[in-house]
Formats: sequence, C-alpha cells, structure tokens
Amino acid sequence: MLWDALTLQLGYNATLVAIGATLLGVSAGVTGTFLFLRKRALVSDAISHATLPGVCLAFMVLVALGGDGRNLLGLLAGSAISAWIGLLCMNWLTRHTRLAEDAAIGAVLSVFFGFGIVLLTVIQTMGVGRQAGLEGFLLGSTAGMLWADAMIIAVGGAATLLLVMIIRRPMILVAFDPEYAAARGLPVHRIDLAMMGLVMAVTVVGLKIVGLILIVALLIIPAVTARFWSERSDHVVLLAGLAGGLAGYIGAAISASAPNLPTGPIIVLVSFAFFVVSLFLAPIRGVLAAVLRHLRFQRRVHIRQGLLALAQGQKIYEPLTLRLLRRAGLVRADGVATDIGKARAAKALRDEKRWEIVRADQAHEATAALYDGLRDIETVLTRDQIAEIDRRIGGPMGVPG
Amino acid sequence: MSGEEFVPLSLTPLLIGTFAAIACALPGNFLVLRKQALIGDAISHVVLPGIVVAFLITGTISTWPMMLGAAGAAVVAVVLIEAIRRLGQIEPGAAMGVVFTTMFAVGVLLLEQTDTSTVHLDVEHALYGNLESLIWLDATGWSSLLDTEALSGLPPELPRIALTLVGVSLFTWLFWRPLKISTFDEGFARTVGIRTGVLGMALVITAAIAAVAAFDAVGSIIVIAMFICPPAAARMLTNRLEAQIAWSVVFAIASAVSGYVLAGYGPLWLGGADAVSAAGMIATMSGLILAAAAMFGPCRARIGVRTSG
Repeated sequence: MLWDALTLQLGYNATLVAIGATLLGVSAGVTGTFLFLRKRALVSDAISHATLPGVCLAFMVLVALGGDGRNLLGLLAGSAISAWIGLLCMNWLTRHTRLAEDAAIGAVLSVFFGFGIVLLTVIQTMGVGRQAGLEGFLLGSTAGMLWADAMIIAVGGAATLLLVMIIRRPMILVAFDPEYAAARGLPVHRIDLAMMGLVMAVTVVGLKIVGLILIVALLIIPAVTARFWSERSDHVVLLAGLAGGLAGYIGAAISASAPNLPTGPIIVLVSFAFFVVSLFLAPIRGVLAAVLRHLRFQRRVHIRQGLLALAQGQKIYEPLTLRLLRRAGLVRADGVATDIGKARAAKALRDEKRWEIVRADQAHEATAALYDGLRDIETVLTRDQIAEIDRRIGGPMGVPG
Repeated sequence: MSGEEFVPLSLTPLLIGTFAAIACALPGNFLVLRKQALIGDAISHVVLPGIVVAFLITGTISTWPMMLGAAGAAVVAVVLIEAIRRLGQIEPGAAMGVVFTTMFAVGVLLLEQTDTSTVHLDVEHALYGNLESLIWLDATGWSSLLDTEALSGLPPELPRIALTLVGVSLFTWLFWRPLKISTFDEGFARTVGIRTGVLGMALVITAAIAAVAAFDAVGSIIVIAMFICPPAAARMLTNRLEAQIAWSVVFAIASAVSGYVLAGYGPLWLGGADAVSAAGMIATMSGLILAAAAMFGPCRARIGVRTSG
C-alpha cells in the first residue's frame, strides 16, 4: 500500500497531493533556510497566524459578492494581504519601539489570530453553508484537493523558488553579516522585507496543504536539518530544499496509504524524523560524531598520561588508563610496561622535555601556542629543529629505556 | 442589566477571563524583558498532545488528568528544546520552532487517529476556549454570592484559575528581588549569589502552570496574547519595573473586561444577533491597547532605555 503510494499508483487525487506537497516542501525548505540563517525562524510563526483574519475577511467579501466564498485564489489573496500587514506591524514594532523581536512576533501572532477567530465566529453565525472549508486552513486539509488548487500551489511554489534563485546572493550576505552588507551599500531593510515576502508567499501557498500552524514546521525544520550537513550556505539551501521535498513526498504518500492519517502532521513528522537522524548521525556537527571525537580525545589523554607515568616509574591506578594501555599492547596484565611500552614511554617523556624547551624559547612562540599536551612534536617542528633541541637537552640520558 | 441576568451568565466568565489574563501577564512581564516572550506560544501549542494523551490514558474528559497531561507536555517540550539547543548547537528560536510544531503535529495526528470528535475535545475548543459556556446556572442574583448552596455550583474553572493566580502572585512577590536583579543584570545576580539558572527555570515553570490553567478555561489564544501584549504595552509607559507590572495588570483587566463585553454585546449593538468569540475579542482588545501604547506611550522609543531608568 505504501509502495503504491510512493510510486504514485493510488489514483489521481493522491498523485496531485503528493506532487503538491513535494513542491511545497522544496520551496518551504529553500525559503526557510534564509530565515533560519538570519536567526529569525520564528517570524514565520507570526506570518502564518496573521493569515487567518485575511482568509476570513476574503471569505466574507466573496460571500457578499454572491459567491460561495470558497474560491481558493480569493482566500489566498486575502491571507497574503493580512499576512503582509502583520509583517509590517511586526517590523514597525521592532524598529520604532523598544520591544524585542520575539515580543513583536508574539504580539502580532496572538492579536491577528485572535481577531481571525472573532471573524470566524462571525462567519459561523452568518448562516452561509460550506464554511467547513475554512476550518481546513487552521490544520490543513488536502482530502478535497482539486486540479485548480494543485495548479495554484505548483505555480506559486515555482514562482517563489525562481525569486529565491534570483535574489539569493544578497539574501545570504544579509543573513550572515548584515553590517557588512549595509557597508557594501545593500539595502538591508528591503532585502529583509523581500525575504519575509517570500516566506509569506510560501506560507500562503502552504495553508491549504498543511494548515497555518504546521507550515511553520516546514519552514524551520528542513533548514535546521540541512545545517547539520554542511558549512556552505548554498549547500545548506539545496539540502534544505531536498529535505523539505522528500518530507512532503513521503509524508503525502504515507498519509494516502491509510485512513485517518492527516497529511499536514504526517509531513511534519517525517520532516522531524529527518531532523533527528541528522542531529545524531551528521558528520562533524552530529551528536554521534561529537561523542566519538570526545572518546578519541579522552583515549589520547589517558594513554599519554599513562605513558608519562610509566616513564617516571609511577604506578598507574586509573582503571581506564590501564585498560587502554593494555589494549594498545603497552603494558602487561600486571601493569608492567612491555618493551614497546617502555620505548613509547621514553619517547613521551623526551617529547615532553622537548616541548618544555620550545615553550621556554621566545623564538618558538607560535609553535608553543600549539602545545596541548597531546600533539606529537614531530608534527609541528622539523627534524632539524628537533635535533637542535635534543642537542640542548643533551640526549636522552637520565631516561630509562 | 439586572443582577438576575448578569450574575449567572456573565459574572463567572468575566472573573475567569480576568484572573487568567492577570495570571499570564504577571510572569509575562519577566518573559518579555528576558526575551523569552514566545515561551507562552510554544507552551500553548505543546499542551495539545498532552491533553490528548491524558484523554487516551484515562478515557474520560476529567480536568485533573488533562491538566497533568498538559503540564507534562509542557515540561517535555522545555526539556526537548533545551536538549536540541545544546546537542545540535542551534539557536533557541529555531530549536523552539522545531519542538513545538512537531509536538503540535503529534497532537493533531493523535486526535485524528483516535476519533475523539465523538467527545467534546477538538482543536477549535483548544484554540478558542469556551469562556462563554462557563456560566453559573445556580445563581439567581447578587444574593447568590452569599448562598453556599449556589456557590457550590460555581464552574470549577473559577476556583482553579483563582488559585493559580494566587500562586503566580505569590511567586512574583516572594522572589521579587532576585527576579528583578537577574532579569536586568544576570551577571551581577550571579555574583550576589542568586542561582539564576534555577530561578529562570522556576519562572518558566510558573509561566507553564499559568498557561495550562488558563488554557483549560479560556483557550490558547488568550494565553499567548496575555503573556505578551499587556506587559509589552506597559513597557511603553514606564521605565520602572514596579510601575510596569502595575500597568500590565491594569491592561490585562481592561482587555479581559472590554473584550468580553464587546464579544457578548458588541454584535447586538451593531444589529447582529449572536455573540462572537470572547477569547478572540480579548486578544484583539489587548492588541489595540498595545497599538495605542506603541504609538503614544512616553517610553516607547528605544532611546529611553539608555537615558533614564
């Protein structure tokens, strides 16, 4: 069943939803990355909540004009207008008052949403049937997706992507270093607004599929996920688009494969699964990589300290050190050094002495800064330099072995 | 309006709305100053899975399991946000966004999976609350306030939110000095021996308790709005924390009362027949108050922060 869904064999409607969700995932992932890099991920929360009054007002206007109020294009236009007003309010609050950005986000979010709910109750009492479609904007509903709806989503998503591609350079610059961007003469404020406009476009397009609360997830989670895998901003953008698109596709397929699996939440959960995998398994920035790095470091410290202790004839009590030395074949089970162990211990002690010379010598200042008690001296000094130091120590005389 | 009508139908929702507003606004002052304003938003989204899970375990719509479920979910969310922030070295806003949207998605999925629509538990309820329905049917007029038999018929939300308000006020009063110092100068607070980490956690937990109690009675929209709007508006009026808190309480009461009255009677004045959502109206009113303060407040500008206070 799931396989059928993944290969788009579940019929026309499911295929439409899958394609729409994939496109939405790609554009949300790409657009959200800029927001995330600009450290404004939660702005999307304010934008999405601010769409509600617009949807309701558009519905009322459409009904007043004699329609049935469910024209998707009309509702999306309404939501875009109110989201834009919310965005301007938020911008004004952060720029012209002492409120911090998070307070401005929260204020816009709650007030716009509250007003939207007032309007929703007004609509409920208007006695117009078929307002059921309106509730879908809260949590998303794809069951009744039509060809026209899918087209709007596809065109909207594609247009957003195209715009992102066109203005990605200045957006990346502003995201990483707004002061530098301003110094280079870029209109930072306007680029920010353009970025917000793109986020708003994705939000509005995504309302129908995932609903206004969960669209925030599609804007944030793929970007955070992608950030684990690369340090290069253009790679992060592409990876986020990939993660978002895959989440949309797989999520839509899973949701189509069984009843009672709403599309929006499933897409978000698939996206979150990608995030968790990345959090743990990503190379360099992942948790597993960090743990391995730590263990390797710990091992080196213990072996080094153990060798120094051996060289000075001290007894080792630390069980981990003993275990590591034994496993490396440097000591026997009873804690006495093997021949290799003795040799390595002697070298460790001599290196320590060499480092001491290096660190006391002004001429080696830059090299001395590299000393961390673990680094092999051969990696920072040439053979000649080491020979020179050894001449000063006078060779490995008092060292056993 | 006569007491026979006002006391049973409007007195209790008004009181509950007002108490909820104050209980959220008090910790909200510190959260806004500490740039943690969106904690209220996150908490109000994550309590949904908590409530659904509590319902699934107990199988009943009783209050205490749900409050416990909501509180549990809030704690899980706070821990998760912190864990993701540290493990992944992600900025707090994004970590919060990842956690609360995912938990909300889990909540919606559970709702759909378990067909809870047969019982009175749905997303709309969670969002708008049911302030209007918290009426006191046993009351006959003002005299009922002294009638123990009628008093026992009070909606249980009222004593609960009143208790929460007392608890929140007590927390603010008892920890006033450390809270104030650590909010404005965390480094100094640490040097005089205040455990800022513990205190910050206690503040978030207090906020979570207020949010859950208010959420139960009035829905999440009031919670988010009251955490932010009254304190933010109060911040535009003064540079002194004492005055800011006083103003925020005034604004919270003003939003709750005016919002409730407008929602109930506003449509009638405009010729409509039905009331609109009280929770939404209260949030809207708090936004209007904030807008007025942002435009005319004497301390609204950023410059004021440095020159005085």
